[in-house]
Amino acid sequence: MITSLYRIQAILFKELTQLKRDKMTFGMVIMIPLVQLILFGYAINTNVRHIPVALVDHSQTTLSRALVQTVSATQVVEFTKHYQDVSSAQKAMERTEVRAILFIPHDVSQRLARSASVGLGLPASTDEETSRPIAQWIVDGSDTMIASSIKSLRSMPLVELQRQAANRSTATFEVTLLYNPEQRTAVNIVPGLLGIILTMTMIMFTSAAIVRETEHGNMELLIATPIKPIELMLGKIIPYIFIGLVQVVIILGLGHFVFNVPVNGGLVPLFAVTILFIAASLVLGLVISTIATNQLQSMQMTIFILLPSILLSGFMFPYEGMPVIAQYIAETLPATHFMRLIRGVILKDVEFTDMTFDVSWLIMFTLLGLLIASLRFKKNLD
Amino acid sequence: MTTTPSSELVIQATQLSRHFGDLKAIDGLDLNVEKSTIYGFLGPNGSGKTTAIRMLTGLLKPSSGNVQVLGLTLPKDAEKLRLKMGYMTQKFSLYNNLTVKENLQFIAKIYGISGSAQKKRLSELLSIYGLDQKQHQLAGSLSGGQRQRLALAGATLHKPQLLFLDEPTSAVDPENRREFWEQLFDLCEQGTSILVSTHYMDEAERCHKLAILENGKKRADGSPEDLMNNMAANVVEIQAESIRQLKQQVVSLPKVITAAQLGARLRVLVSKSISDPCGYLQHQTQLPKHELNLTRPSLEDVFITCTGGGRQ
Repeated sequence: MITSLYRIQAILFKELTQLKRDKMTFGMVIMIPLVQLILFGYAINTNVRHIPVALVDHSQTTLSRALVQTVSATQVVEFTKHYQDVSSAQKAMERTEVRAILFIPHDVSQRLARSASVGLGLPASTDEETSRPIAQWIVDGSDTMIASSIKSLRSMPLVELQRQAANRSTATFEVTLLYNPEQRTAVNIVPGLLGIILTMTMIMFTSAAIVRETEHGNMELLIATPIKPIELMLGKIIPYIFIGLVQVVIILGLGHFVFNVPVNGGLVPLFAVTILFIAASLVLGLVISTIATNQLQSMQMTIFILLPSILLSGFMFPYEGMPVIAQYIAETLPATHFMRLIRGVILKDVEFTDMTFDVSWLIMFTLLGLLIASLRFKKNLD
Repeated sequence: MTTTPSSELVIQATQLSRHFGDLKAIDGLDLNVEKSTIYGFLGPNGSGKTTAIRMLTGLLKPSSGNVQVLGLTLPKDAEKLRLKMGYMTQKFSLYNNLTVKENLQFIAKIYGISGSAQKKRLSELLSIYGLDQKQHQLAGSLSGGQRQRLALAGATLHKPQLLFLDEPTSAVDPENRREFWEQLFDLCEQGTSILVSTHYMDEAERCHKLAILENGKKRADGSPEDLMNNMAANVVEIQAESIRQLKQQVVSLPKVITAAQLGARLRVLVSKSISDPCGYLQHQTQLPKHELNLTRPSLEDVFITCTGGGRQ
């Protein structure tokens, strides 16, 4: 038992010394979370603003200009081009110079006067008149995010246009936004990025760990010694748990001070779930390492895990919106469980006892992975 | 064959074979290595030396045959053997980005040697192998000879009873090779049994006993002296002028195994079935008698006689 600890410690110190000598890798440990968090923290924004659009105004009246100004004032779109007809505007859309076209027909004044949105006037509008929209959006629907932003303009109020009191409208539902009332994307993105960056670096480190020994010819020496597979595995994991924690501190520190992401939960559950996730990712890397025969293969397998971790884990798109099969796949990824846990801890201050499913899942994953990696690792050259 | 008490044998293998697909890397190898001797594997590249060593260290499972090393049956007891044996791989397998001392510390920890025992053993090894001055240098920046000594220090750190060395001197200059062998003899004197593979004749000649391997088969074994005495050919050296032409002529003779030029002389191996090799060659070549001499065979001659057949 003592010799076992001694051997684990031998591997651990060897890994740390090698890492210390590898300046580039050491630098990446710090730079990857630093640069990526700042980059994505600013870049990823689900509230779309200033979409470039074209205007085709067949009415050319004060009213049409006022309408354009009202639309601009929402900041959702920005009129960057003006065209005489729809077909040339559509050409601009094909070239992606604009993402949508606002077409204002020549009879916009009449349409507006009879529109339900400004009151019906006298004599009362016919059904046909009230059902006529006052203008048309032609949208590049390929990007659903942009399309839905413009769709949100569909029933915008036009009160200012007629200086009339609008019909009082009462909302059907009242919506109360908890945890992120200002709807800042960074609040959701930063904890998610923690999971993605850890997935990437942790799996990468250990997936190369065993393969590298083989590639550099060290493995033949190592397996001719009395070291046991489990000792080798643990010795390879433990140093990187510390590396992972350094990254966690960088990401959450930056997230807190630069992006103002609150840490509502305690630090103990925060670090507890993070260490669980780091361990699970490291073990996943080890399993990859026992399958791959060279570092290129291990890198490819890392990417193979990384992409679904980004796209299916709930980091980018809500888990609930995915088809059931995709949800099953997502459930197998440690990142999915971590997304729930970390957002729960950071944003909602969830009690540890309320997260037993995800926590125990991560523990099971780690133990099972460790077992598989140790069993797969053969101390011979067959 | 008289049965030697097995306590004196450190390696005992019978009909050991290993196949990789259709390739028979080792085919029916019988091997007996005595305690406190240096046993050599001599053979060209691809003759199965490394495969044989890997099977004897328990790193490869034999396809068939039995192996007992230090009284342990392989591959069943491979884990127990690892505490008692040292293995120096053909390719340098310590860590290039660790220093000499860090490498040795790593191995010491793996074998559970700690504290003052570790310190003592390390300083002992560093001085034996002349690495005191280099202990804080990265292993990757050492010269071939220094690296080889470091590898040997690593393989002997836990004082193994049996040492396997796979082509230990292939990247080392002659002077370092001499020194390296001195150290092997020191170890041997202290009771360590050594199995070493090589493709150098001069190294093979230093072994107490050796086996000549070719294409996975053992072609001959015994002490170098016995091998040379019992060779299936006589050696004739011919002093002549146009040697290149003479060689062509001699090689085509049915009883000549091979001929090799050594400066102004031609060294000809003639099958032992000819009782008077000088007379036979003189008759065939019409050279004056004083230009032909029967010479003492070298290990290289033994090697060529044993292995010539399969070299195509």
